[in-house]
Amino acid sequence: MNGYLHLWLIPLLPLAGFLINGLLGRRLPKPVVTAVALLAPLASFAIVAVAALNFFWHIGPFASVLPYTETCPIAWISVGTLHIDFSFVLDQLSLVMLLVVTGVGLLIHRYSVGYMAHDEGYARYFSYLNLFLFFMTTLVLAGNALVMFIGWEGVGLASYLLIGFWFQKTTAAEAGKKAFIVNRIGDFGFLIGMFLLLANFGTLTFSEIATKLGQDPGWTGGVVTVIALSLLLGATGKSAQLPLYIWLPDAMEGPTPVSALIHAATMVTAGVYMIARNHVLFDHSPFALSVVAIVGAATALFAATIGLVQNDIKRVLAYSTISQLGYMFLACGVAAYSAAIFHLMTHAFFKALLFLAAGSVIHGLGGEQDLRKMGGLRKKLPVTFWTMTAAVFAIAGFFPFAGFFSKDAILYAAFQQGTAGKALWFVGVVTALLTAFYMFRLWYLAFFGESRSPEVHAHESPWSMLGPLVILALLSIGGGWIGMDRFGSFLSAVTGPTIDPATAAGGKSLDLILSAVAVAVALVGWYIAHSFYKQKPERPAKLAAAMPGPYKVLANKYYVDEIYGATVVKPLMLTSTYVLGWVVDKAILGGSAWLLGGLATFAGALLQRWQSGNIRSYAAWLAVGAAAVLLFALVPWATFLANFGIHLTMAGN
Amino acid sequence: MGTIDNSILTLILLVPLAGAILVALFPDRAKLPNWIALLTSLATFVLTLHLPFHYDLARGGFQFVVNKPWIENPAIAYHVGIDGLSLWLVLLAGLLAPIGVVASWNAIHSRRKVFFVLFLIQQTAMFGVFLSLDLMLYYGFWELSLVPMAILIAMYGRKDGPKAALKFFLFTFIPSAPLLVAILWLYARTGSFDFTTLQTLIAYGQFPAGPLCWVALAFLFAFAVKVPVFPLHGWLSDTYSEAPVALAMVVAGKLGLYSMLRFHIGLFPVQARAAAPYLIALAVIGILYGACLALVQRDFWKLIAFAAVSHLSLVVLGIYGFTFIGTSGAIYQILSHGVVDGALFLLLGVLYDRYATSQINAYGGLAGRLPRTATLFVLTTLAMIGLPILSGFVGEFLILSSTFGGVSRGWAVAASLGVILGAAYMLWLVQRVFYGPQSDLVSSKPPDDLHLGELALLWPLAVLTLVMGVAPSIWLPTIEQGVHLPPLITHSGPGFVTLTSTPMGGLR
Repeated sequence: MNGYLHLWLIPLLPLAGFLINGLLGRRLPKPVVTAVALLAPLASFAIVAVAALNFFWHIGPFASVLPYTETCPIAWISVGTLHIDFSFVLDQLSLVMLLVVTGVGLLIHRYSVGYMAHDEGYARYFSYLNLFLFFMTTLVLAGNALVMFIGWEGVGLASYLLIGFWFQKTTAAEAGKKAFIVNRIGDFGFLIGMFLLLANFGTLTFSEIATKLGQDPGWTGGVVTVIALSLLLGATGKSAQLPLYIWLPDAMEGPTPVSALIHAATMVTAGVYMIARNHVLFDHSPFALSVVAIVGAATALFAATIGLVQNDIKRVLAYSTISQLGYMFLACGVAAYSAAIFHLMTHAFFKALLFLAAGSVIHGLGGEQDLRKMGGLRKKLPVTFWTMTAAVFAIAGFFPFAGFFSKDAILYAAFQQGTAGKALWFVGVVTALLTAFYMFRLWYLAFFGESRSPEVHAHESPWSMLGPLVILALLSIGGGWIGMDRFGSFLSAVTGPTIDPATAAGGKSLDLILSAVAVAVALVGWYIAHSFYKQKPERPAKLAAAMPGPYKVLANKYYVDEIYGATVVKPLMLTSTYVLGWVVDKAILGGSAWLLGGLATFAGALLQRWQSGNIRSYAAWLAVGAAAVLLFALVPWATFLANFGIHLTMAGN
Repeated sequence: MGTIDNSILTLILLVPLAGAILVALFPDRAKLPNWIALLTSLATFVLTLHLPFHYDLARGGFQFVVNKPWIENPAIAYHVGIDGLSLWLVLLAGLLAPIGVVASWNAIHSRRKVFFVLFLIQQTAMFGVFLSLDLMLYYGFWELSLVPMAILIAMYGRKDGPKAALKFFLFTFIPSAPLLVAILWLYARTGSFDFTTLQTLIAYGQFPAGPLCWVALAFLFAFAVKVPVFPLHGWLSDTYSEAPVALAMVVAGKLGLYSMLRFHIGLFPVQARAAAPYLIALAVIGILYGACLALVQRDFWKLIAFAAVSHLSLVVLGIYGFTFIGTSGAIYQILSHGVVDGALFLLLGVLYDRYATSQINAYGGLAGRLPRTATLFVLTTLAMIGLPILSGFVGEFLILSSTFGGVSRGWAVAASLGVILGAAYMLWLVQRVFYGPQSDLVSSKPPDDLHLGELALLWPLAVLTLVMGVAPSIWLPTIEQGVHLPPLITHSGPGFVTLTSTPMGGLR
């Protein structure tokens, strides 16, 4: 790699961390493991920060212009006309994403030192975490789709390893495998998308594709739609959207900091990032865009309804992650890519915080995850409580917390898109209501009232864990103050211009009205949660008893896992076992081979003698076989057969 | 060319044979046969290493050629040489030889002498297949590669060796007979077994089209069984279950696939093009069929047998797609498959050695007992399922993308589904063997993780898969030299078939 920013160090330093701790970790003293594990993300973050200083404020010797590219002089794959480089691109989009990934990544590494302190797989844990950072930064920096695919599959691998980190647990191993396979279904879409890109554009480099699309206005609909939808399939796998979201709730089997980093803040946002990265393709296909919007809105609402009735603290957060990712897809679907990335960033702050705070609760309760067994933790875990409160207010969308600004930007962008946009906006608002409800439900159940398992003596976590909580809490409070306008104009060089409320239909007042509606709705959600779980705690049970059917459907997550099991997995296994295995392979193919080998009985008789165990007889058979072959080869067949009127050769030869 | 260049291929052929004679002469005492076999195979590997460093890429074509008349009548010549196609395959065979010896080190504890004699003869035969440029010589080596295999399967079978050997015998020897007849027919018409001579004569239309069609089919049939191509895979799962690890890792794939490229497409381009649509269909069926059956196997040898059907079918798809990129990808995939399958067989051999069963449900929780085995097994699995930056991905991507762009979108999409199924059956295998609570079998035996010798083989293989995934540029330029697409057929009138040469490269 050439270039002055040394972007290649950003992924390679965590890779070095992975190799050191992965290969030698078991033999290294723990402080060394910790140092290696923390230095890798720290160094990567430092490089990204230096690059950011360059470009935001022109500080430092390299006041230069984005995008900035580094390409490895030796091609990765080069055959015939196909030429694929290892190339990294730093532009506004990847810069923001890198800051989030390495920044939040660093905090969660730090938090893990405390959380995983007593785990015997300490070094293995950190090596996987570093491996994740290697792949994630590769994904973000990629200058072409195939390099992005390295990161794309790689983060899936890291996720697989970390979900199944406690591999002795069957559920954990099962969940890791499920995550990888479901993601592979998405990757299949990504692959088909790449094949289409190669076949139509002859390149996988993002900038070249954008240029070619820009040059020829004829590229609309048709093949572009198919490409965009294939990529969307990939995105729904990685970002846990309908219909491929099913792996994410199970992914909660992993250690909680992993859920925070990979299954909330960074990896699952890769789908959003990928769509934003390829937005030129989506812009050329209104149909694909509307599919993105519908998938996003539907997922947001769907996951939020499941989140209403979950009792495992991490599962509530998992469904809320799916729901929030739905908002980001919705934003992409109305071409508000910068709003999607804005929400991606604020969500990374508050969702990482929610998970880390939940981890602190679980840690303090000695592994308890069931909300029904918590309660009254406000006094016992004060720092956790206050930081969690900031995150709950942020995700519910209260002014001036971070989530307010980004969610507002998405809902506003949706509202601007005609009648369909109004419908999307409405779904978004209903989801916001549900979100506020289930988040405050969690808040009340965990921290208020009386402890429901008095035998457990909850204790606050050490400051090594609380430090990251406080930093993330500050970001969850202040992270949105940049404002959509500034954020959008910074990203506009990559993601295209954003709607300016001052000039758009409805003007500034519409923006204010919509914001007011969103906050009002969040207040309603809070109020309901308050009345259900603070004032009259007997109410939820009564309501569930009054509507057993809907409650059962929600509690069982709409039976989606069961439906997939019955319609995909089971038929596949049964067909493979019986139709392919027994009928085709054993009966038809095996049977015909057996018939063809009718003489096999004869040969078998020979072979029994062959098996007599006498070495000399093997040698004899070998000799006989070779002789037969030679004899066969040396017989003048042509002349021999000519005697019977069969002429292998033409006359005169 | 120096003298070593003139004799290198002959040395590669003779050293294993000399080793076999040495093993036969010395007594079967202690581990003497093992050591002789190890030293011989290492020496051969070192000899093969000479080739890539001295192959003149700029010149291309066949190099290190030796062409001497051997038998006057019939005119069989000792004609050997390598080009970009066979170069790396010879190296692969050289690499797998010492690995096979180490894999047999403890697994073979009786009649070591016979085992290693036959093993080394098998080595020579495999080299011979890759090197021969005379059809009769080639046929001799081809047959020779089958004989030790059948005997060793019968002798060392785990449960029912003779039955598996019989199956192997019937499936592979019978198709060899039409192959021989076809070769003799070519000889009868031309008086030559020489590959290049025959290639030229066939290209110039010196043969009647009708019989030539059957001749090409006889070639194809023999190779397709050996690969194996669906639905001719009946022998593979029994052979994998019964054959000693060292032989199972080389029995499928490369010999048949190489022969397809060299002798089916190379000699009969027109007929190969005509057969291609059927082979593409069979290949895609094989990819999905093999994967589906791998999903439901309960025995890990059978599981990887069907996995091999799936992976080898992908290579067949690349070969018969007749795109430059696809063929290059196919050759690369043969190499990757050889390395990855070698590692996988070693690891499964380790499991079988320690726990004496191949029933998957007898295992469980092994990662807690044998962490090194688990690590390397997961790494090998990832290379196998085509994780980018490991070796399996490069060939898979090249084959699938070129099939999509240059052959058929439908078949390419169907074949790509194998990517999902491949992850499913391999990760499920990993989960059942290594994760979850420890099974009774696993907890009842003392942990016996990989030994130094096994580690010394497996880590280099793991590193090699990584290098092959990151820097395919080391191999691809030579491979490109070995890609010869059959000319396109254009029908310029009734009864006339004209050939136009394809430009190198290009997706379409």
